[in-house]
Order: sequence, then C-alpha cells, then structure tokens
Amino acid sequence: MRHDHLLTARQLSREDVEEVLDRAAELDADPSAARERNAGTLLGLCFFEPSTRTKMSFEAAIKRLGGDVVDMGSVDSSSVKKGESLADTVRVVEGYADALVLRHPLEGSAKMASEYVDVPLVNAGDGAGHHPTQTLLDLYTIRETAGLDDLTIGIMGDLKYGRTVHSLATALTNFDAHQHFVSPESLKLPRSVRYDLHEAGASVREHTELEEVLPSLDVLYVTRIQRERFPDENEYQKVAGQYRIDEATLEAASDDLTVMHPLPRVDEIAPEVDESYAAQYFEQAHNGVPVRMALLDLLMEGER
Amino acid sequence: MTEKELRVSKISSGTVIDHVRAGQALNVLAILGIDGSGGEEISIGMNVPSDALARKDVVKVEGRELSQDELDVLSIIAPDATVNIVRDYDVAEKHRVERPGRVTGVLECPNRNCITTADEPVETAFEVLSDGVRCEYCDTIVREDLADLIAD
Repeated sequence: MRHDHLLTARQLSREDVEEVLDRAAELDADPSAARERNAGTLLGLCFFEPSTRTKMSFEAAIKRLGGDVVDMGSVDSSSVKKGESLADTVRVVEGYADALVLRHPLEGSAKMASEYVDVPLVNAGDGAGHHPTQTLLDLYTIRETAGLDDLTIGIMGDLKYGRTVHSLATALTNFDAHQHFVSPESLKLPRSVRYDLHEAGASVREHTELEEVLPSLDVLYVTRIQRERFPDENEYQKVAGQYRIDEATLEAASDDLTVMHPLPRVDEIAPEVDESYAAQYFEQAHNGVPVRMALLDLLMEGER
Repeated sequence: MTEKELRVSKISSGTVIDHVRAGQALNVLAILGIDGSGGEEISIGMNVPSDALARKDVVKVEGRELSQDELDVLSIIAPDATVNIVRDYDVAEKHRVERPGRVTGVLECPNRNCITTADEPVETAFEVLSDGVRCEYCDTIVREDLADLIAD
C-alpha cells in the first residue's frame, strides 16, 4: 500500500484494491497471521457522528491484530463540545495513537484532517462524501460471491447523499463492471461522481425503475434513503419507501443474484429476504473486520 | 490605444486587463483582491463596444503589475482576457491568460457541508476543469456563475 492515508476511493488503483482484498482473505482464514507485527499498536477513534458497524468493526479489527483503541468518545463528552477545532482534535489524538480513524459530518473533513497528522488517517465517512473502507469490504464481498470482472451491478436508493455509493461506483471503474443506477430523479448521483465515472470511461446507465434492469443483474446493492441528510422533510417524504425488495421482487431476478446493503436498513429490504440465498448483507458486514484488519496492517506497515 | 478605449483614462505604469466579458469587471477586481485599499488607482470601463466581444469590460490598475499567479486566477472568470503591462505609457508586455491547474484561497465552496465552510484552519482549493472548478475537499463541481464563489 503506497498511500499514507485512505481518504477516498479515487486513490485506489486496481492493484491497491487487490492487495487489500488478498491480505483480507489471508487474515479471514487466519486472523492471527498479522498479530506479531501489530501487537501493542493503538488506533485512535475519532467519531463525530454516530456509528455502530464501522466503529465496532475497526475496534474488532485492531484488537484481532493484537492492538487496542483509544477512543475520543462521543462528541458531547469531548473537547469538541468546548469548541475545539477538528484540526486540533486530530493533532492531539495523533500523539496517543499509531493510526487514526475519522468519521465526521462534513465533506472533505478527512482530507483536511490528514493535512494535520503524520500517522495514517482513514476516512470512515465524511458527510455525504466518501466511505472508502466500506467500499473495500463491499468489493471483498462482491469478489467472493459474483467476481469483480464482467460484473453487472445495480446500485439503488439514495445515490445523491449515499457516501457508500459514491465510493463504490468510483472504485468499480477499476474493474470490468457495468453499473446501473436506480433512484428517484431527486436522488440521482451527484455531479462530481458522474464526472469521475465519465472521466474513467465507465459503463453506466441510469434508471428510475428497478424492473428495467433487475433480470440482468449479478449484484443488487441497496441503500437506505437517509432521512437525516435531507435539508427538507417534505422532500424525504416524497421518496421514502419508494424502493423495497421482497420475495416477490426477487422472482424477476437471476437465480445467482447477490443482494447487498451497507446497513442499517429500515424498510428497503423485507426481512423475508434474509433467508434467501441472495442475501449477503450480514456476511458483508462481517467482512468489515478482515478487510479493516488488512487495511490497517498495510497502512501501518510504513510506520513500523 | 483607440478612441473607444480612451473612455477609460490612460495609465502611466501598471496593468490593463482588456477583453473582459461585459459585466465581469468588478468580479475581476474581486478575484484579484484589488479594492483600492493598497492605494492603487483603478479605472473601469463597462459595456465598452468591442469588435471581438460586441461589449466588453476593461480594467486598468495604476502602479501595479499583475503576477503570473494572478493572471492564472483571472482566467477562471475572464478566459478571453488580454493583459497589457504598461511602463511609461508604453505597452511593455502583452499576455493572454492561461487556465491554471488549481486555485487556492480565492473561491468559496458553495457546499454548506464542506469542511472549508466550517471554522477550521483550512484554505479553499479548487481544481480547474475545462468547464468549471471542483472543490478539492468536498468534490463539489461548479460550472455556472463562478464569480459568485469569489470570497469576500
């Protein structure tokens, strides 16, 4: 891994992705494989937004690597409440830890923070911007189930505010993937992601109805319509519940379809789908640990 | 200089920015951070007839020669501009503006959720695209009304 920090999926070449996924597969098979070289390392957790899966999986990852965490705790109980800047916070935590993980509600926060620290910094979600480690575990799951080349993937839901979508779409341009985006008109991909896809020469189609594309998909990546990111509640109500996957929906799908979701879900995937062969979202969440172990192991390699 | 250009007084030494799109003269001064507080004499011609642009603006700054960096920034809102450096009433140098790869500290990001709009020690930075600019922090792309992004 030749990067000092992981801030966006744009940084990741195909070789970078494969290196992380290969290392993750090794660690998935033998979680103790990297223990010796990472024993005693400390990971600084700076979460300025609520998080369950991402935070816990980073915590699990560093502990399985033989290290531990120093956790800033909730914003309400930290110096942020006293008006400390993000730049100061990460500089302070840098003094306690070998690497930092940052989640923050503002776009570009990870990039700015990385300019103030020398230890590796991982973007664990910056507003509606990017979520590159989610993308790595998504790609790991896709590679395990459908393969990353000659892939036809549908990405559905909140494409405008969905940072997991932005990172995944960008990273998939490294592979032979046909991307179909399904969303209401008001939640289409932002201009910046379209620009990147266009620049990369990606194969991209946009739809408002899932039925138009479902039968051709190898993977359907469903995302939640994020109520908390809407500036206007009325706009949210117009699109809430518009896309829902249930057993009846899947009748039109290929027998090999993989259904993914970065979680948490609300009502976009019916619980009855959980029992189907297609459902991979809990396995996907599980994959967060080996993938984040691999990433931390590689990023801290340069620090050792 | 032609009679038409003489509507704006001649300068002895300084910079003449010509062929600015009509209505953009004040934005040119804003983007260059020139407001007269440095003691410069500034002359502006707006909606002046032009063969090339039909109507154009002209900006003359006495006693100040623009640097290459300033010309690069200027190119974002005045891509057709020509710049004459005047010394002793003669044009000593002529330049066309060229688009730079990036501009820093000049434009404000319109995304209210961008870290550069927060109270943090960060300078704005934009990548210059062929048809707009892109915030290097939040990726927001702006193609229209770029002059509106000029920081106060």
